[in-house]
Amino acid sequence: MEELIPLFVLILKIIVVIVVLLILPIPLTWLERKIAGHIQQRLGPMRVGWHGLLQPIADGIKLLTKEDHIPDEADRFLFTLAPIVTLVATFALFVAIPIGSSFTLFGQEITLYLADMNVALLYVLAVSGIHVFAVILGGWASNSKYAVLGSLRTCAQMISYEIPMGFAVVGVVMLAHSMSLVSIVEAQSDVWNVVYQPLGFLVFFIAGLAEAQRIPFDLAEAEGDLGAGYHTEYSGMRFSLFMISEYLIVVFMAALTVILFFGGWNDFLIPLPSFIWFALKVGFFIWLFMWFRFTFPRYRYDQLMSIGWKVLLPLSLANILVSGLFVS
Amino acid sequence: MTEVTVLKEKGSDRLGSQEVLLNLGPQHPSTHGVLQLVLHLDGEIVERVSPNIGYLHRGTEKLAETFTYTQIIPLTDRLDYVCPPTSNQAFVLGVEKLLDIEAPERAQYIRVIMAELARISGHLLIVGALPMDLGAMTTLLYTMREREMIMDIMEMISGARMHTSFCRVGGVREDLPEGAIERILEFCDILPNRLIDYEKLVAKNRIFLKRTQNVGVVAPEDAIDIGLSGPNLRASGVDWDIRRDSPYEIYDRLEFKVIVRENGDCYDRWACRIDEMRECVKMIRQCIAQMKEGPFQIDIPTIAFPVDKELLGHSMETHIHHFELSAYGFKVPKGEVYVPIEAPKGELGYYMISDGSEKPTRFKVRAPSFVNLQALEFGTTNMKYLADVVAMLGSLDPVIAEVDK
Amino acid sequence: MKTPAFIDQILERFAGHVRDDGPGIDMYCISVGPDHIVALCQYLKEDPSLKFNFLSDLCGVDHYPEKDRYEVVYHLFSIPLQHRLRLKCRPQSETYGDAPSIPTVTGVWRTANWAERECYDMYGIEFSGHPNLLRIYMWEGFEGYPMRKDFPVKGYKDAYNPFGEEKRGGIPDD
Repeated sequence: MEELIPLFVLILKIIVVIVVLLILPIPLTWLERKIAGHIQQRLGPMRVGWHGLLQPIADGIKLLTKEDHIPDEADRFLFTLAPIVTLVATFALFVAIPIGSSFTLFGQEITLYLADMNVALLYVLAVSGIHVFAVILGGWASNSKYAVLGSLRTCAQMISYEIPMGFAVVGVVMLAHSMSLVSIVEAQSDVWNVVYQPLGFLVFFIAGLAEAQRIPFDLAEAEGDLGAGYHTEYSGMRFSLFMISEYLIVVFMAALTVILFFGGWNDFLIPLPSFIWFALKVGFFIWLFMWFRFTFPRYRYDQLMSIGWKVLLPLSLANILVSGLFVS
Repeated sequence: MTEVTVLKEKGSDRLGSQEVLLNLGPQHPSTHGVLQLVLHLDGEIVERVSPNIGYLHRGTEKLAETFTYTQIIPLTDRLDYVCPPTSNQAFVLGVEKLLDIEAPERAQYIRVIMAELARISGHLLIVGALPMDLGAMTTLLYTMREREMIMDIMEMISGARMHTSFCRVGGVREDLPEGAIERILEFCDILPNRLIDYEKLVAKNRIFLKRTQNVGVVAPEDAIDIGLSGPNLRASGVDWDIRRDSPYEIYDRLEFKVIVRENGDCYDRWACRIDEMRECVKMIRQCIAQMKEGPFQIDIPTIAFPVDKELLGHSMETHIHHFELSAYGFKVPKGEVYVPIEAPKGELGYYMISDGSEKPTRFKVRAPSFVNLQALEFGTTNMKYLADVVAMLGSLDPVIAEVDK
Repeated sequence: MKTPAFIDQILERFAGHVRDDGPGIDMYCISVGPDHIVALCQYLKEDPSLKFNFLSDLCGVDHYPEKDRYEVVYHLFSIPLQHRLRLKCRPQSETYGDAPSIPTVTGVWRTANWAERECYDMYGIEFSGHPNLLRIYMWEGFEGYPMRKDFPVKGYKDAYNPFGEEKRGGIPDD
């Protein structure tokens, strides 16, 4: 019986993570609409519940009860597969994300992560690449030109921005001597990585914006020219699966930025429980993502490519060089 | 969307390369209405754009042939619905020329104030809408805030927010209500500061500059050849403004600068409008300073309703004129006329042929948006990518209702 | 409206082909036959004392009961010299109601492209040599030309429009 307790704890944690991840987009959509509203001199949702708090629930019900429409000419199998792939890939990302230091409960040490892999960083970078498959599948299966163009853009964008992103974190790995995210956070207990790696942080953050398909890099769903990009033909629940994964990727990018460069759950001035500090930092970056969205226009396709290859890639390589010199 | 792909003929350097036909619109967020653009794409690169218009065709010209002159005024509202007072103004000026009358001075001032307010409201819309097409949604909501103030002023003056129909042949419908001048002056104080805000938010944004500068360049000769007019032409460096060069109404008494820019790209077309709004504010201030008390309507009982409504109860003759005017309209002497004015979108004029009856036999709208839109089909350089077409379309500022008449 | 100086120059250059319609209430007006329209327009655009480089407007007119019922009206403007001119071209039709053909002026001003398409769409006047003479407002396959005076405002009577007027052919009886 004693041996089974860790297993129970693990199963419990898995359930909690899944439930939290499914629920998380609800406050996030509300927050995004509220932030949008206040940036744009209006109130945002106000009708459903106190200050529109229940608006996401109403939206969810609307999306669930909508007609589940699959275009005639679409590839039905891939069309249904794509939203599932995107959601699975996004959920798999959070397996490796630690959200706080471990603590003891009833004599049992509880860690605030599902798995502490020694190659966790490699794992999250690899799994975040799976998301692009879903976009390609969805865009291709819709048999619509907007969707195909959107997914082609995504494809090129993901490939060109994953490289600088991967290079940007090399400096962090050098400092921590580990690829485990937990060790990386623990290595920052005195000084955050952003102090040593400002350039790495900038490259990572910009590439992260592109990876999360946010303005100014949201070319895949540029409503100005492509309608809604790769999910033009999606409606109802399938559409909301795409939306959920989109929000979760934003959370993931914010969490990864915090873990790699902003000391993870290490506190700063005020001692608070570790996961609260983590949540606060992640919240700040999510807010930053949303602030960007309502301030910037988007880049054009060729400009996006030239930023990726001509600016970010050399910068990230230079960053590796400089960090290598200092670490050795 | 029908799948029409055309195999490229020889000469294509890419293996198995196909031209893709993309229908941008008629239902699309950035076509500013129901406009369809058929794009011939090679990947992201646009090879040819062919606009397909007519989804909003309401037969205004045909309808106008069956309406009396007074009834046509609301029709003209529906052309450029973003700034109707200028459409009204162009029409009544034409009819007045046919009748060989001139509106009283105060009416002309009121018309000019309304027209300049309308110009600001039209420009505000496009100044916000172009960044929105490029992804920055916020600017539009900011400009809508100022537009709302104009709407409120319009409502105060005419009772309608959009389709004001305030001009009448021989004057305006009513005098300015009490407090309107103060509201307009208050707006004139607020707007210039807000314009600085927009410039900070948009014109200093490097992404916006990258997306618009040197994109969709129209050379001055091309611009004239295509028939561009208004801010679109002046952005290309052609110094021509009807308000200054052949002034109508009281524009010759106002001092203002005609904004001319040099490059003729999307950014210049955008910036030209920002600067023009500043001039509009100056003009409105001058109008208000110069305006004197006086009649707002011409005193010809066969053309205009009596100003003194009391007379209707006492004077038989007034009553008869009132009845005739309401029931049949007024007769206009035989002739033809084309009076162009400087509308926010460009040269707007109505070519009218009168056969001596109450209705025109031919009513042709020279719609500036219709002509400006042609620039998409030919005559621009540096419109290479799909996203550039959207920027170009946004900067041309077409109002589809006016394009389709 | 006083007579501008350039009128005599035009009349002299195209003697016998251009008719002087006199000063209108807004601008001077001249007429020309379809044979000389392109040459005249080219001349008006390029002559240094005329420089009509801006075609403001091009539209069709239907003078309904008359025999040569269709007319194309050009409104020209010179941006450098700031003068306007109205130019009319009224081709003669052999039988009543048939749509005449006029040479296109798209070679002179490109802006004529859509204006001529509109004119063709609304009146059925064909512009020979036009690069892309398709309907612009109405859809391909639409029957009739809506702006003609014998085209009813309410529409023809059919399954979709029971309130329309009866379809009439040829010369109307009223």
